[in-house]
Amino acid sequence: MSVPLIEIIRATVGLSIQDMGRTGTTAIGLSQGGAMDKLALIEAAALLGKTQPSPAIEFMGIGGSLRVSCDVTVALTGGEMTAKVGDRLLQWNATHTLNAGDIIELSAPKSGVYGYLTPHAQLATPRVFDSQSSHVSAGVGHWLQSGDIVNGTPMALARSMKIRAIDRLGGGTVRYLAGPQTDLFSDADVNRFHATPFSASHIANRRGVKVDFEGAPFTPQNAHGIVSDIIVTGDIQMTGDGEPYVLMSECQTMGGYPRIGTVIPADLPILAQAKAGTPIRFEQITLEQADTIMADPISAATLSTRLSTLVRDPAEISDLVSYQLISGAITGYED
Amino acid sequence: MTPEICTLGHDALLVRFAREASEAATACVQVMLRLIDEADLPHVTEIAPALASVMVRFPGGTDVRSLLHQHLSDLIRKTDWSTVGVPTAKRRWIIPVCFDSDAAPHLAEVAQIAGKSEATIIHDLENVDVRVLALGFAPGQPYIGLLPQEWDMPRTSTLTVEVPAGALVTAVRQLVLFANPSPTGWRQIGMSAFRPFTPETDTPILLRAGDAMQFSRASADDIARLQASGDPKGGAICQSL
Repeated sequence: MSVPLIEIIRATVGLSIQDMGRTGTTAIGLSQGGAMDKLALIEAAALLGKTQPSPAIEFMGIGGSLRVSCDVTVALTGGEMTAKVGDRLLQWNATHTLNAGDIIELSAPKSGVYGYLTPHAQLATPRVFDSQSSHVSAGVGHWLQSGDIVNGTPMALARSMKIRAIDRLGGGTVRYLAGPQTDLFSDADVNRFHATPFSASHIANRRGVKVDFEGAPFTPQNAHGIVSDIIVTGDIQMTGDGEPYVLMSECQTMGGYPRIGTVIPADLPILAQAKAGTPIRFEQITLEQADTIMADPISAATLSTRLSTLVRDPAEISDLVSYQLISGAITGYED
Repeated sequence: MTPEICTLGHDALLVRFAREASEAATACVQVMLRLIDEADLPHVTEIAPALASVMVRFPGGTDVRSLLHQHLSDLIRKTDWSTVGVPTAKRRWIIPVCFDSDAAPHLAEVAQIAGKSEATIIHDLENVDVRVLALGFAPGQPYIGLLPQEWDMPRTSTLTVEVPAGALVTAVRQLVLFANPSPTGWRQIGMSAFRPFTPETDTPILLRAGDAMQFSRASADDIARLQASGDPKGGAICQSL
C-alpha cells in the first residue's frame, strides 16, 4: 500500500525523481532522460540487493533535506555528499536504515556533481512512457519543491552495506565513436580534438555538458545548410562557435549542429560528474571496441564483488565524530 | 537519390538520403519509414524519422548490427529511389490557426522575404497541404513541410526570447507548432490551441510522422476559447483517408 514516504523539507534547485530513463521514444521527440549518472543507480541496486535499478532522488550539485515518514532503508551513491541525521554522519556509498521522522541533511557534493538517495521502496510517482523519471524540459514531471511528499510502498528494511564505488568523479578520458557527421571535420581537427586537454565547463545541466579548451574552434566544413538530424544521448555537438557540448540525458531528439561523434554510454557518468574545471579528454574507439565494452555492461550482479557489510562504523557514533576526521576516513574510494 | 547506411552510436543505424532538406529526401524518408515498419525487422527497438534520414535502433552488438545492416541494404535495393513520391497519407489533421496581428508577429517580415502580400501568405497557408515530416525537439512537436520554394528563408539572426505554446512558426520551408513556450530563431506567423503533447492523457502524442495537415483560419477569440476549453486538440479535426 502506498503511503507518504519522504517529505522534501528543503529543496533549492535540481532535485528530481530519476530512474534509468526511457527507450523507444525518439520518434515522438522524447529523449532517453533518466539519471545523469546511471552507474549510481546500479550501485544503489547492488547495495539494496536488487537486480534492477529503481527510482532515486537525484541532487544536482546542491544539497537539500528530507524527512522520512516511515522506517525505510536508503542507499546513498554518486557524487559524494555529506549526509547527516542529526549529529550522525552517514557513510556515502552505503545503505542506512532511517526511522520514521528522521531528517536527513545532504550537503552539496564534495566531489562529483550528481548525488542520489535511493529509497528501498516502490515509489508511487506516475509512470510516463514506462519510466518514472522527470524530464522537466520536455514537460514530464517536475522539480521537487520544499513541501512535496513522495509516496510509495516501503520494502523490507535491509542490512547496511557499503560498496567500493567505480572511480569516475575526477574526470578522465571518455571514449567515443565516429558517426554520420564525423567527416564534416578535417582530419587535422579530429586529431587536434584527441590531443586537446579539455576541462568541464560551468555550463552544464541535464541537457548537456560543455567542455572548455584553449585553441582554435572546431569548425566543421561544408556544414552550411545541413539539415536537422536525429540526436542521441552522448553526441558531441559543435555549437555555432565550434565549442564541444556533449548531449546528456535530457537532450533534444533532433538538431542541426554538427556532431563529431557519440560518447559510449559507459563513459557518460564521467562527464555527468565532472565539476567545472575537471580534466576531460576524448579518445575515439572502434565499433568493435565499443561492442566489446558494451557486451559486458556493469550491472548490480557484476558489482557484487565490491560489496561488503557496513560494520559498526565510527561515523555512526555521534559523540565521537568530528566532520574533518570522518570525511578523511570514509571517502568510499579507499582501495 | 542513393541512401547510405551510417552507424550512430553503438546501438543505432542511420539510413541517410541527403544532408540537406529537399522534397525528394522527405519523400524517400516517408517511404523508407513505411518499408522498415512493414518489414517488422528483428531486434529493432525503435524507428525514428528525421527530415532526410531514418534511425533504426537495436540493443547493440556486432552480429545484430551486421544483420540489420543487411536487412536495410535489401530494403534499399528493392526500391528505385529516383522516382519516389510522397506516399499517400493515412489521415489528415485540420487545425484552427489565427493569423491575425498579435498571433502572427513576424507575418509581415515573412511576406516581405517571400515577396508576397500578407493576404496572399495567409491565403497560401489556408490552402497548403503539408505533411508531418518528423516529431522532435520536444515531445510530439511536429516539423511540418515542405512549403514551396519561396518559404526557403533562414532562421532569424537573433533569437526571439519566447514564443508561446501553440505558436506556428516557420523557417527553411518548414513549419513547427510549438509544444512549449520556447526561445526560437523561427518566425511566428500564427497561433493555435493545439497541444501536441499531453502526458496526462491516454493519447499523449496526437501526431505521427506522415500525417497530412491543413490549417483553418480562426479568430483570436476562437483560439482563446479553444485554449480555455482544455481540449488538447484545440479544435483540430482528424480525418481518416
